[in-house]
Amino acid sequence: MVDNIKRSLLVALWFVFLTFPLMVVKVNTLKNIVEWRWINMLWVAIGSFVLSIVWRWAMERRQLKSKKAEQGEEESVKPGFGQRLLEDPKIFKPVLIVLALVTLVFPLVVDIYQANIMVLALIFVVLGLGLNVTVGLAGLLDLGYVAFFAVGAYTYGVLNSFFGFGFWISLPLGGLMGALFGIVLGFPILRLRGDYLAIVTLGFGSIAKIVIENWEEVFNGAKGIANIPRPGFFGAEMSIHTATTYTYYIMILMVLFAIFITNRLKDSRVGRAWMALREDEIACVAMGVDMARTKLSAYAFGAFWAGLAGVIFASRNTYINPNSFTFMESALVLSIVVMGGMGSIIGVIIAALVLILMPEYLRAFSEYRMLMFGAVMVLMMIFRPEGLIANVRRKYAGRKVVTEDANA
Amino acid sequence: MEYFLELSSSGLVRGSIYALIALGYTMVYGIIQLINFAHGEIYMIGAFVALIVSGVLTIYGFSGISILILAALIAVIYAAAYGYTLEKIAYRPLRNAPRLSPLISAIGMSLFLQNYVLLAQTPDFLRFPALIPDFEFMEPIAHIMGSPELVIVVTSAVSMVGLTVLIKYTRIGKAMRATQQDMTMARLVGVNVDNVISMTFIIGSVLAAIGGVLVGSYIGQINFYIGFMAGVKAFTAAVLGGIGNIPGAVLGALVLGLTEAYAAGYISSAYEDVFAFGVLVLILIFRPSGLLGKAVKQKV
Repeated sequence: MVDNIKRSLLVALWFVFLTFPLMVVKVNTLKNIVEWRWINMLWVAIGSFVLSIVWRWAMERRQLKSKKAEQGEEESVKPGFGQRLLEDPKIFKPVLIVLALVTLVFPLVVDIYQANIMVLALIFVVLGLGLNVTVGLAGLLDLGYVAFFAVGAYTYGVLNSFFGFGFWISLPLGGLMGALFGIVLGFPILRLRGDYLAIVTLGFGSIAKIVIENWEEVFNGAKGIANIPRPGFFGAEMSIHTATTYTYYIMILMVLFAIFITNRLKDSRVGRAWMALREDEIACVAMGVDMARTKLSAYAFGAFWAGLAGVIFASRNTYINPNSFTFMESALVLSIVVMGGMGSIIGVIIAALVLILMPEYLRAFSEYRMLMFGAVMVLMMIFRPEGLIANVRRKYAGRKVVTEDANA
Repeated sequence: MEYFLELSSSGLVRGSIYALIALGYTMVYGIIQLINFAHGEIYMIGAFVALIVSGVLTIYGFSGISILILAALIAVIYAAAYGYTLEKIAYRPLRNAPRLSPLISAIGMSLFLQNYVLLAQTPDFLRFPALIPDFEFMEPIAHIMGSPELVIVVTSAVSMVGLTVLIKYTRIGKAMRATQQDMTMARLVGVNVDNVISMTFIIGSVLAAIGGVLVGSYIGQINFYIGFMAGVKAFTAAVLGGIGNIPGAVLGALVLGLTEAYAAGYISSAYEDVFAFGVLVLILIFRPSGLLGKAVKQKV
């Protein structure tokens, strides 16, 4: 105990040293004034002291857990809450009904602002589900996912401003354009593995933004495209309020559609090929899976959803400019997938809702939002790498290997 | 011809800076196969610490070269401390985790450090004092290569030679090479692998901080976001040269810097990043292991 406190004091001292120049001193190089903010040191000291005690306790627990796993002890017979939620019809049926009701009446009872935020959150749910295919199922780390989102949004923006295309024609076109770009960009990087892939996709993400910013004639550059119409309903005139409510319902349908498709795909031939590719590329290819086709389809499929989400994003905002498509958005979608649990659909949905809605409702903390994201990403990887709700792999039931026979 | 020389000099300067940062990436990657995404942030923190120190010293009446040396020294110490702490918090617990985990943790750390500096200091660009003095003997060719450029290129070259000596001839260098070849075996023959990895992060951070101070003084302004792009570029350089390969990182950085400078000068400065990544993609298509990297056969 005393030892613990002593170590935490040392940690606190170290962090006071570490944060001293950045937290305390603030230089105004124009007026040549130095501002000393000594009070910050106190916060750092207290904060790091407490955190280091919590950290050490959590690390001990983590070690205990991995030790148990090593010794082959069953960690817990009881399945986790998330899993129970999914598997026990007694629990999930009422939950589902309540959820459906809440979803249906939500835009009718809240004001337009909240409905609008919810639409944004749902857009990120779709983005998360899409990236979940590329990263979670196929294991292809994509740090430039936002590029496909931009492709979708700009497909609608450009088609509308040049040719007057409506929302409903642009929606599938946006998705297809996204998929097309997924394939085009996927081609050169087929042979690359993990880390190389990460940097090249990151490069593609920034290239997309640069091209949009500088190609004035088509994309209107940094000024962006304005006056993009909201989704129409057989040409009916709608107030902003009804239009938002309408967009919300479209979004709900799209999320359901995305859930349905990704869920079905997971257990399909191509879905199993993706997972096999993620687990071991060489073994997978040796088993006769066409590597190029599988990888490209994973890219195209992930990008397809981003394209669809992009079209809706453009119509929700009625205005798009390159600043909506930065690396921050890619990182946000990636953290949604990671936090939700890679490959887990329900986890991704929950994570998207939490990550988008939380900062909106905790306005006071919105400054700290990215700081928190960063910290959460690190902590999740260390303490709960499987995500909020772990993806449960389907196994063949009823085929228990009897080990005694093997010994006899 | 003069224009060409000007561009070459600017490309050389960029390349030297990229090389300083890229070495940190490549060393860490060589040893633990991790893209230390937060490495660019260490460079940014180095620049900020140098700015703060030089600001304080200017106000308290220090002058000229003493500010440069003190600011650089303190920046280097702090960057090393940050690099060490970073590894200990974000990467050490994930030593045996799947490949994707430390990478995501690194992205998280990068976001965290960026926003930490943003909140602790300011989101605006800060004016960075020109710390590098003007030399008289550079006067005749100042329009092609001025004193700051010369200092940057020379400092980078000296740091790289220093690094090479360190890795080739010292005890810790030997331990680093051993760990790079086979971590388990190095442990078996008594190398303290954890210390070696910490040391790698510290050395990489020191180089990055040197780059940060030089760049701040050269460009004249910094903000919390400079680390991101510099980090991406430097990593691109490291990949270009064959990641894990130290001379490769330097070569890749020079190729990248010159490409960018020529592309910006002859074609369009708005598209220089496009060319940088374009070169990367091209080289990776035709030589997936980089310019100097050895193709690694994966064993099953």
